[in-house]
Amino acid sequence: MIIKLLLLVGLTGAGYLLLRGRGTALGLLLRRSMAFGAIVLGAVAVLFPGLVTEAANAVGVGRGTDLVVYVLCVTFLFVTIAQNTRMTQLRDRMVELARRQALLEAELHDRKPQQVL
Amino acid sequence: MTTTYTKGHESVLARTCVVIPMYNEAAVISDVVRAVRERFGRVVCVDDGSSDESPVLARAAGATVVRHPVNLGQGAALETGVRRALQDPSIEYVVTFDADGQHSVEDAASMVAVARDLGVQVVLGSRFLGDMEGASGHRRTLLKMAVRFTRATTGMKVTDAHNGLRVLRRDAAERLRFRLHGMSHASEVLSVISKHQWSYVEHPTTVTYTEYSRAKGQRGYNAFNIVFDLAANRLRAAS
Repeated sequence: MIIKLLLLVGLTGAGYLLLRGRGTALGLLLRRSMAFGAIVLGAVAVLFPGLVTEAANAVGVGRGTDLVVYVLCVTFLFVTIAQNTRMTQLRDRMVELARRQALLEAELHDRKPQQVL
Repeated sequence: MTTTYTKGHESVLARTCVVIPMYNEAAVISDVVRAVRERFGRVVCVDDGSSDESPVLARAAGATVVRHPVNLGQGAALETGVRRALQDPSIEYVVTFDADGQHSVEDAASMVAVARDLGVQVVLGSRFLGDMEGASGHRRTLLKMAVRFTRATTGMKVTDAHNGLRVLRRDAAERLRFRLHGMSHASEVLSVISKHQWSYVEHPTTVTYTEYSRAKGQRGYNAFNIVFDLAANRLRAAS
């Protein structure tokens, strides 16, 4: 069954993204291409619903709906992981930013305590 | 190992800065800061976004206070405190100390003395070499499991993985950077020591578990969150 292979590859990709995902230019290009591709494929699927079922049959899935659900699951995983990575990066930056601000404030306080408090 | 603490160590203590991360510790912080000030030259309290009077009280008790504008986590607070301490070029040692009063100032002073006498970069407090007053059996078991986990993952023969009382020599403190900002930093410290191959010894400490420290302490199940954090951090670092 081709679908099993495709899904396992997708899940492995998600695992790779979780461990080594960093905001690279290639990653950005991939994400944009996939988003664009999803819009085009979505439009095709809306106009020609039969094509989805044909595609499903071609990879060994019974119904087009099932194929859509599988793809949705894997996509959801990718999106969640990418968001998580991004949140972590933002948090690291926020921590450093807040720390610098706190240290600066403390220094200022030490120099002229009467003016700051 | 018993410490031969002598008068000659007083000058080292004067050049030691004690870093105390705090978060809503108004009930105890004044006493803790005062007790530490009696022996040590400088005290830096890092207020991690408290909503109570902690920063005002700590300052009144004689500490330098650095205030995080928002809550960033205990690991982040420690790193801020260490950086602040190192801004003073005369500081030779940095001590990390818990705000809830569970550590003994005498232990901290002995540990600095040990660091100087043995010339090591890090001295780690260990509850298992010393005493755990008022700890439940459950807590002891959990902490022992944490030790086994740490030994297996870092290869360090430590007896206590999560003691907040540590002494860092200036050269080690300067290179201390946390990637985990929350409560997982205790294990991260050990990974950092292991990675840089810093020289370290453990020193017995008495930890007093009071009603207050138990209420403020971590939940036992947070150990699993820490394991997740460490595993993810390790896998990422390996890539």
